[in-house]
Amino acid sequence: MNLLDVENLWVKFPTRQGVVEAVRGISFSLGRERLGIVGESGSGKSMTGRAILRLIRPPGMIEADRIALEGQNLLDLSEKDMRTVRGERISMVMQDPKFSLNPVMRVGDQIMEAYLLHNKVGKAEARKRSLEMLDAVSIRDPERVMRAYPHEVSGGMGQRIMIAMMLIPNPQILIADEPTSALDVSVQRQVLNIMDDLVKQRGMGLIFISHDLNLVSEFCDRVLIMYAGRIVEVCDADKLHQATHPYTRGLLNSLPRLDQPRAKLEVLSRDPAWSEAPSVGGRA
Amino acid sequence: MSETLTLRQWLLTDEPTSRRHARLASLYKGWLTLRGNTMAMFGLGILVALVLMALFAPLIAPHDPYVQNLGNRLQPLGSPGHPFGTDSLGRDILSRLIYGSRITLYIVTLVALIAPVAGLLVGTVAGYVGGWVDVILMRVTDIFLAFPRLVLALAFVAALGAGIENAVLAISLTAWPPYARMARAETLTIRASDYISAVRLQGASPVRIITRHIWPLCISSLIVRVTLDMAGIILAAAGLGFLGLGAQPPSPEWGAMISEGRRFILDHWWVATMPGLAIFTVSLAFNLLGDGLRDVLDPKEGSQ
Amino acid sequence: MALTENTRERRVRASLAPWLKGVLVALGSVSITMLGLLFVTFVIGRVMPIDPVLAIVGERASQSTYDAVYEQLGLDKPLLVQFLYYLWDVLHGDFGMSLLNARPVSEDIARVFPATLELATLGTLIGVLLGVPLGVIAAVRRGSWIDQIARVVALVGYSMPIFWLGLMGLLVFYGVLGWVGGPGRLDIFYQDIVPSRTGMILIDSAIAGDWGVFRNAFSHIILPATLLGYYSLAYISRMTRSFMLEQMSAEYVTTARVKGMSERQVIWGHAFRNIRVQLITVIALSYANLLEGSVLTEIIFSWPGIGSYITTALLSADMNAVLGGTVVVGLIFICLNLFSDLLYRVFDPRSK
Repeated sequence: MNLLDVENLWVKFPTRQGVVEAVRGISFSLGRERLGIVGESGSGKSMTGRAILRLIRPPGMIEADRIALEGQNLLDLSEKDMRTVRGERISMVMQDPKFSLNPVMRVGDQIMEAYLLHNKVGKAEARKRSLEMLDAVSIRDPERVMRAYPHEVSGGMGQRIMIAMMLIPNPQILIADEPTSALDVSVQRQVLNIMDDLVKQRGMGLIFISHDLNLVSEFCDRVLIMYAGRIVEVCDADKLHQATHPYTRGLLNSLPRLDQPRAKLEVLSRDPAWSEAPSVGGRA
Repeated sequence: MSETLTLRQWLLTDEPTSRRHARLASLYKGWLTLRGNTMAMFGLGILVALVLMALFAPLIAPHDPYVQNLGNRLQPLGSPGHPFGTDSLGRDILSRLIYGSRITLYIVTLVALIAPVAGLLVGTVAGYVGGWVDVILMRVTDIFLAFPRLVLALAFVAALGAGIENAVLAISLTAWPPYARMARAETLTIRASDYISAVRLQGASPVRIITRHIWPLCISSLIVRVTLDMAGIILAAAGLGFLGLGAQPPSPEWGAMISEGRRFILDHWWVATMPGLAIFTVSLAFNLLGDGLRDVLDPKEGSQ
Repeated sequence: MALTENTRERRVRASLAPWLKGVLVALGSVSITMLGLLFVTFVIGRVMPIDPVLAIVGERASQSTYDAVYEQLGLDKPLLVQFLYYLWDVLHGDFGMSLLNARPVSEDIARVFPATLELATLGTLIGVLLGVPLGVIAAVRRGSWIDQIARVVALVGYSMPIFWLGLMGLLVFYGVLGWVGGPGRLDIFYQDIVPSRTGMILIDSAIAGDWGVFRNAFSHIILPATLLGYYSLAYISRMTRSFMLEQMSAEYVTTARVKGMSERQVIWGHAFRNIRVQLITVIALSYANLLEGSVLTEIIFSWPGIGSYITTALLSADMNAVLGGTVVVGLIFICLNLFSDLLYRVFDPRSK
């Protein structure tokens, strides 16, 4: 059975100018694999991640035939039951640790809190587990980092703390929403490798949301390409360069490539028909 | 082609043809937003009514606000000829309220002219010139901000003597520092912008830069602030009047009227109640309009 | 080993130094502000149209008596020297003699101040206890009926003349309903029963264990305190709401939700934690405003506090008393500002 099955997911926001549909009827599934979701800003990729966790706040609305986690439809759960899914079974790493960590709480308290929410243990045990987890994300001086405030650590370290915090309850699925976009290029790879290792070790499913095609093709098994709230193409990551959809081709051609230098990069030209075409199924 | 455009279309254009056109268009769009805000329009309506009332006081008022009639004193609400009753000297309360609107408008207008202009001057000069000038001006501003406003106004009036003009002066003296702070903050951001450098490179003098380029940009937030402060100014003026330090009897100032009615509050409650309701209505109107204006002119500060 | 000790010590010092520097800068700027405040009151006192000598010696004193007092008051000295004298006196808690009752102004102020403090403190307490939860709920349930109510409550609070609302309160709750005690701090029957320790009757009577006095004092203070509390509530709830709105849209709130926390935990454990320091600043400011707002309230309720004292002095042209009262209220104002500034530095980890 698939870890996660999403069927006909819509995310809508009513505004004064009418209903905005951020995600328009997409379907996909996730096994114990690394699934990439790629698209430009506004394509609905982040909304998809948040909709799975039912984090769209009113007046925003989530509609779907099914969002099933191991056969259990998350849309049927009460808000209270949903809370045991969040963190414990599905977790999410967000873009910028500067904003996603609580600025006035010590790092240690924030990590321990994540563990204590889902495990009935004492503080000492939570502390021990937090230190181990920090160690697992290659933080060298975990004792000191536990005592630090978020503004006292660097961006790369902040994101590793975030990963530690999100993985400490041992979830089955991790959604990584642009986890390296806010980081210096020099630490991006390091953070990604750490995340990748942990996901592999624990046999988790990973949804990697990014606008960076190359990065995704390198770190994922399968890629969904989203455009205007729909999935326009699905392909295996290693066959991305054989993609057929004109949007995907356009994205690929607008990137500079070391092996095929060109004098002038292509500018993506859009076809309104793309956003009208029905979604491609993303089932494995 | 342009003859076929209606005025509305001309105002809503996306491609203004002149600077004046652009300015009028943005004013019109702001007005449309404001018009959509029911509460703000309600406030504006009250204020327009207040101005009309003050202008045509002699025509509207059923009686002379100063004429005493001791045989007819302390008449209750709804007595014949005196819908709001009469006060302890038999004067018609409604007429006094109508004439009192002139005093309220007079105070508010004067303070609204003095305090923001003084604040704007101090703030922009401090922000633009910088250095020691900035340090000294801002220190002075801080000192005035550190005073509790009403107590400072009381002390000033005590020193200058009671009366409307001195009350205006005292309120203005306590009201300018926030404007100076605000104008300075805006000046600092504007001064650092590239187009000010461009203007300076063209040889504009500091005076020209401040008056032609910095002041116009400070205006909109200043207007919002002034409108929201109006309520506070009215309340302060009424407070001074209530204490006997503002307008002097027999002037029909609303705060002083409350003070007069206070002695009879338990038996003849309407004498103090009516002027209080008048003060409340007008300051509420200013607050509603100010909220609406803030949403139009200063969306980043908006509460909704 | 010694090396690590050394580095740790250095790290501690390094983290303390800028903090201490900030405090020193704050203290420095406060003393300049205080100096300015004293200068302004000094100037006000000098431009007074009242002749201070005449006020002491009376109309019919001889020229030589007049001159003697003139010199005694230091009025023959240059203004700057006079200001230094004034400064010296104020620093020693000497605001001169009240012209009205010939007692030192500082003694008068010490006597009336506890009444104001009691009133303003209870008012702030009411404002905080109701205003903070109201603001938080209004922000969390933005647009709901409770948010609308909070908006109306604040709007009315900003628009209502406090002295008039006080009168109406007296009329309804004392005159018509008889639920509360009238003007003053106690009924005559209860006066001077409990010994004055703090000058705050609620506390004094509680210490003495005299609950009859306590009840009576409470029935007198509750109306003016609620009134002041309402104004503080209007301000505090608005500020709390806007602080909370800002925090609730922050990304760390989403993080907390992703962790699986309940809304209540997210709101109070995470978002509220981030506004605590800002909130303390607002509360300190509102407390200072209440000390001032009590001027008009005290008159309505015949409350013998500093507001009544200043106004009475004002109407009888007792300038020493007016300026003394102004200086004291101003100093408290500045101290509260300093206090909230220091709290900010101590409790917000980002400010270090």
